[in-house]
Amino acid sequence: MATQKTLAIIGNGMVGQHFLAQLAASPALRDYHTVTFCEEPRPAYDRVHLSEFFAGKTAEDLSLVPPGFFEEHGITLHLNDKAVAVDRQTKTIVSAKGQHIHYDKLVLATGSYPFVPPVPGHDRPNCLVYRTIEDLEAMVKAAQTAKVGVVVGGGLLGLEAAKALTDLGLQTHVVEFAPRLMAVQLDDEGGAILRRKIEGLGVRVHTSKNTSEITDGESCVNKMCFADGEALETDLILFSAGIRPRDELARSCGLEVGARGGIVIDNQCRTSDADIYAIGECALWNGMIYGLVAPGYAMARTVVADLQNQAVPFTGADMSTKLKLMGVDVASIGDAHAKTPGALTYSYQNGGSQVYKRLVVSADNTHLLGAVLVGEASEYGTLLHYCLNGIELPANPESLILPQQPATPVALGADALPDSAQLCSCFDVSKGEVCSAIANGYLTLGEVKAATKASTGCGGCSALLKSVVDAQLAKQGYEVNTDLCGHFAYTRQALYHLVRIGQLRTFDALLAKHGTGKGCDICKPAVANILASYWNEHILEPVHWGLQDSNDTYLANIQKDGTYSIVPRIPGGEIKPDMLIVLGEVGKKYRLYTKITGGQRIDLFGARLEQLPDIWQELIAAGFETGHAYGKSLRTVKSCVGSTWCRYGVADSVGLAIELENRYKGLRSPHKLKFAVSGCTRECAEAQSKDIGVIATENGWNLYICGNGGMKPRHADLFATGLDKDTLIRYIDRLLIFYVRTADRLQRTSVWLDNLEGGLAYLKSVVMEDSLGLSDELEQQMRHVIETYQCEWKATLADGNKLKRFRHFVNSSQPDSNVLFVEERGQPRPALPEEKRHFKLVGVA
Amino acid sequence: MATWQAICDVTELLPNTGLCALLDGQQVAVFYVPDPELGEVCARQVYAISNFDPFGQANVLSRGICGDIDAQLVVASPLYKQHFNLRTGVCLENEAVALPVYAVRISQNKVELAGGVGL
Ligand code: SRM
Ligand SMILES: Cc1cc2nc3c(=O)[nH]c(=O)nc-3n(C[C@H](O)[C@H](O)[C@H](O)COP(=O)(O)OP(=O)(O)OC[C@H]3O[C@@H](n4cnc5c(N)ncnc54)[C@H](O)[C@@H]3O)c2cc1C
Ligand code: SF4
Ligand code: FES
Repeated sequence: MATQKTLAIIGNGMVGQHFLAQLAASPALRDYHTVTFCEEPRPAYDRVHLSEFFAGKTAEDLSLVPPGFFEEHGITLHLNDKAVAVDRQTKTIVSAKGQHIHYDKLVLATGSYPFVPPVPGHDRPNCLVYRTIEDLEAMVKAAQTAKVGVVVGGGLLGLEAAKALTDLGLQTHVVEFAPRLMAVQLDDEGGAILRRKIEGLGVRVHTSKNTSEITDGESCVNKMCFADGEALETDLILFSAGIRPRDELARSCGLEVGARGGIVIDNQCRTSDADIYAIGECALWNGMIYGLVAPGYAMARTVVADLQNQAVPFTGADMSTKLKLMGVDVASIGDAHAKTPGALTYSYQNGGSQVYKRLVVSADNTHLLGAVLVGEASEYGTLLHYCLNGIELPANPESLILPQQPATPVALGADALPDSAQLCSCFDVSKGEVCSAIANGYLTLGEVKAATKASTGCGGCSALLKSVVDAQLAKQGYEVNTDLCGHFAYTRQALYHLVRIGQLRTFDALLAKHGTGKGCDICKPAVANILASYWNEHILEPVHWGLQDSNDTYLANIQKDGTYSIVPRIPGGEIKPDMLIVLGEVGKKYRLYTKITGGQRIDLFGARLEQLPDIWQELIAAGFETGHAYGKSLRTVKSCVGSTWCRYGVADSVGLAIELENRYKGLRSPHKLKFAVSGCTRECAEAQSKDIGVIATENGWNLYICGNGGMKPRHADLFATGLDKDTLIRYIDRLLIFYVRTADRLQRTSVWLDNLEGGLAYLKSVVMEDSLGLSDELEQQMRHVIETYQCEWKATLADGNKLKRFRHFVNSSQPDSNVLFVEERGQPRPALPEEKRHFKLVGVA
Repeated sequence: MATWQAICDVTELLPNTGLCALLDGQQVAVFYVPDPELGEVCARQVYAISNFDPFGQANVLSRGICGDIDAQLVVASPLYKQHFNLRTGVCLENEAVALPVYAVRISQNKVELAGGVGL
C-alpha cells in the first residue's frame, strides 16, 4: 500500500461524479487511493433535471450515485465538508472540518455559482437562486406564502425557473436585461415568438429592464425598482442571471485564472500546476466556460485518460441546444446570429401557429453554419447533422425548414419516413439520429439502442426502431441480421418450422439441436409462444417454466409497482348482472382498483402475487375464465348492440362476437389479436381497426383483416364480402394459422401483411383459393388448438406444484413492504415515492 | 465474517428461474442456472442479487427471465427489460448501476445466503 498515491477530487457535483464513475471503470482506479470532498449534504445529483423536483421527484430520485458506489470502489467520501485551502508546496488540502489530506494528483470540479447582481436589496427576504436541492426547498417554502414571483434573467435557466414558479402556483414574471429572451441563443424574431408563446401561458415578460434597487413592497414582500422608473411588486425573486465559476480555491493557491474568472486549463485539462486538473463549470478552456454538462463529461474523460498517460485531448464542445421550455420547443445550432462574414439566411415564420425557423448558410450556399428554431424543432437532428458534419446542403436549403407537405403515403414504413420523424418519444430520437448512429458504425439494434437511447424507455417504439435499423442497414449494403437473437441464427418463421418438422416439444430440445448458449429474454418467450401455438400445452408446465415473460408466468399483467392486474374474459362484452356483482365483490374484498377497459371488459388492479390464486378461486367459482390479457393471444372480440336491440342492426353481432371469442380464446400467436363485430355499416364496434373485423350487411358478413389501432394505426383491408358464418369462420381459421406460422416475433397482423410478399392478393389466394394446398392442414391445426383449450387459471388452481410459484418470498409469508397504496377518487392506487416515505415515517411512529 | 442464513431447501430451486428470499429485511433474488459441466445443484450454479429493480423501483427481479448475453449470465427485469449480470450485479445497459450481490452456499441441502453490497 505504501506505494499507492492519493488522488483527490474537490467537488462531487455532476462532473466530479462522472469523473469518479469513469475512473472506477478504468485501471487507473487501482493506482490511487481516491478521496473526494463534497461540500453539499448529499453526494452528486442531477441538476439538469432539477425542475422535476417540483413534479414530485425526490432528492433520491435525482441522485447520480448508485447505491454502494463509494464503498465498492474504495473511494473515500468526505460528505458535507468543504475544501478551504490547498497548499501546493506540501501538496495538502485542508477542509472546513479540519481534515488535512495529502494529494499526489488533484482534480478541481467545483462547478459554478449563480450570479446575483449586486443591486441594493439583493439579499432581502425571499431573494433566492436556483442551483441546489436546498435552493429548491427554499423556493417551495417561500412559495407557500407568496402570490407573485419574478425570475431575473430570461435565459435558458431563467425560463425553466419561471416554469417552476408557475408550477408552484405563483403569478410569474420574467425580467430580462437584454431586449429579448434567450439572447445568447436566439435572434430577435425567434426571441419575439418565444415571448409571445410564453406570455400565452400566463407568464409576463419584461425585456430591456435594468433593476436598480429592491425595497419593501406595499402589496407584496418586495418591490423591484427599474432604471426606467417603473416598478414591480413581488413576493419572491429568483436570480438566474448567469453563472460564475467557483475558482476561489484556485485563486488562493496561485493557479492561473482568467480575467473574468475560471481556472485556466490546457487540452489535457491541466491547470498551471501539472499535478492539478480542473474540469466542469469551474474550468476555462480557450477563453470559454461551458455552462453545460456534456463538455464537463468530456473533460472528465480527458483527465481519466491523462492519469493513464493516454492523450484524449479536450478540444472544445458544441453548444447547440434543443429543449422544451414551458412546453415550447426551442433550438439553437452553431452560428445562430449569422456572425460569420457573408453568411446568408433563410427564414420561415408562421404567425398563426407561432413557428419561427431560420437557417444561417455559408456565403456559397453550400454549408449550414447555424439555425434557430422556435415553436417547432423537429428538424433539429437533421440540421445539427448538416452543421456538425459539414454535409453539403441541397440546392434549395429552405426546403429543410419549410413545412412538409402532407407526407406522401407511407409505403413500407421505415424507408418513407423523413429523417426528422421522431421514432422514440421518450428520448426524442429521430430517424436521422438513428441513421447517423448507423453511419458512425453502430451496426446492430443493440448498439444503436445503446448509442441513441432510443427504445430504452417505455419500449413502445421498439418495433418501429427495428424496422428503421433494418431498412437503413440494408440500404447501406449490410446484410440485415434477421436472427432472432444471439442464441438462434434463425427467424421466428424458421424456428416455427423447425419445431413443426422436428416435432420438438421443449425449449431445451430446440436449443440443443439448433441453438447455442443458454437463451435469453428474447428467444425464450418467442420459443415458448411457438410451442404454445403449435402444441398448446399449459404454459406453466415445468418444462416451460422460466421461459415466459412475467405476465404469462403469473397469468396476470405486471404493473409498475410489481403488483398485477386481473382481467377475466367477458366474451363479446356481454355480462349478466350477477357476474358484474361478483366482480364488484371481489374488487371490494381484495381492495382492487377497478376500471372498464377499452376492450369491453373489467380490469382489477393492484393484486399482490400471493393473492392471485385466492382471487381466481373466487372468480372461477362464479363462472369466469381467464381473459388472456397477459398473453400474446386473443384479447377481446368487441361487439356492438346488433339486431337484437338496435333499430338499424341487420344481424346478431353480439352472438357472433361471443362465438368467435370462445372459438379463438387461448390461441397463442406472434402478437396479440383483437377482433370486433358490428351489426351494420355504422360500425359502432370499430371492426375496421382490428386484426379481424366483421361487419354485417344485408347480404351476409363482410370480413376485414389486418387493421390496427395503437402506435401506428392501420385501416383494415376488405378481404371478402357477403359470407355465411361457416365460410367466415373457415377463412378466419386459415388466416390465423397462416399468420401464426409465418409472422415475425411480436409482429401484429397489420405489419405482417405489409411485409408479406404478394400482399393482400397473395393472402386471398392462399386463404380463399387454397393456392398452397394448405387449407386442410391449417384448419386441422386450428381444430387442435380449439379442442385442447383449457382455462389456464383453472388448470393452475388444480395443480399444487404450479401454485407454489405464486408467493413473494420463499421463506416468509410477509407481503412486499414496498407495495403501498393511497386512495384517489375513492379507490387505491400505488403510492408515489414521497408518499411512501411518509408512510414509512407514520409506520415507525 | 459472513453469517450464513438458510432460506430454503435445495428442492425449491427450479432450473433457470428465480425466487425471492427475505434476508434481514433485505429482498434477495436467487437464481438457479444449471451448468451441465458442474453436474448436481451446487452453490456455483446459484446466484443471489438484490431483488429491487432500481429502474422500475419495485421488488421484481426474481421474476425475470434468466439467460446469457455475450457470455455473461444475466436476468432481465420483467418491468423495463434491463439486464443485470448475475455474478456482479452490474447492469449491462448502464454500467454505472450495480446491484448488491450476495454470497451463496449449500449446506445440508439448504440454500444459505450471506452478506450484501460489493462482495
Ligand atoms: C387495459 C387496457 C387499457 C384500458 O384500461 O382500457 C390496455 C392496457 C394495456 N395495453 Fe393496450 N390496453 C387496452 C386496450 C387497447 C386498445 C383498444 C382496443 O383493444 O380496442 C389498443 C389499440 C388497438 C390495437 O391494439 O390495435 C391498445 C394498444 C396497445 C398497444 C399498441 C399495439 C400496437 O399494435 O401498436 C400496446 C403495446 C403492445 O402490445 O406492444 C398495448 C399494451 C398494453 C399493456 C399490456 C401494456 C403493458 O405491458 O403493461 C397494458 C396492460 C394493462 C394491464 O395490466 O391490464 N396496448 N390497447 C385495455 C385492455 C383491453 C382489454 O380488455 O383487453
Ligand atoms: C436548474 C438547472 C438546469 C440545468 N439544465 C441543463 C441542461 O438542460 N443541459 C445542460 O447541459 N446543463 C444544464 N445545467 C448545467 C449543469 O447542471 C452543469 O453544467 C453541471 O452541473 C456542471 O457540473 P460541475 O460538476 O462542473 O458543477 P456542479 O454540478 O455545480 O458541482 C460542483 C460541486 O462542487 C462543490 N464544491 C464547490 N467548491 C467546493 C469545495 N471547495 N469543496 C468541496 N466541494 C465544493 C459544489 O458544492 C458542487 O456540489 C443546468 C443547471 C441548473 C442549475
Ligand atoms: S353498428 Fe349498427 S347495429 Fe351496431 S349499434 Fe351501431 S347502428 Fe346499431
Ligand atoms: S417511445 Fe421509445 S422508449 Fe418510449
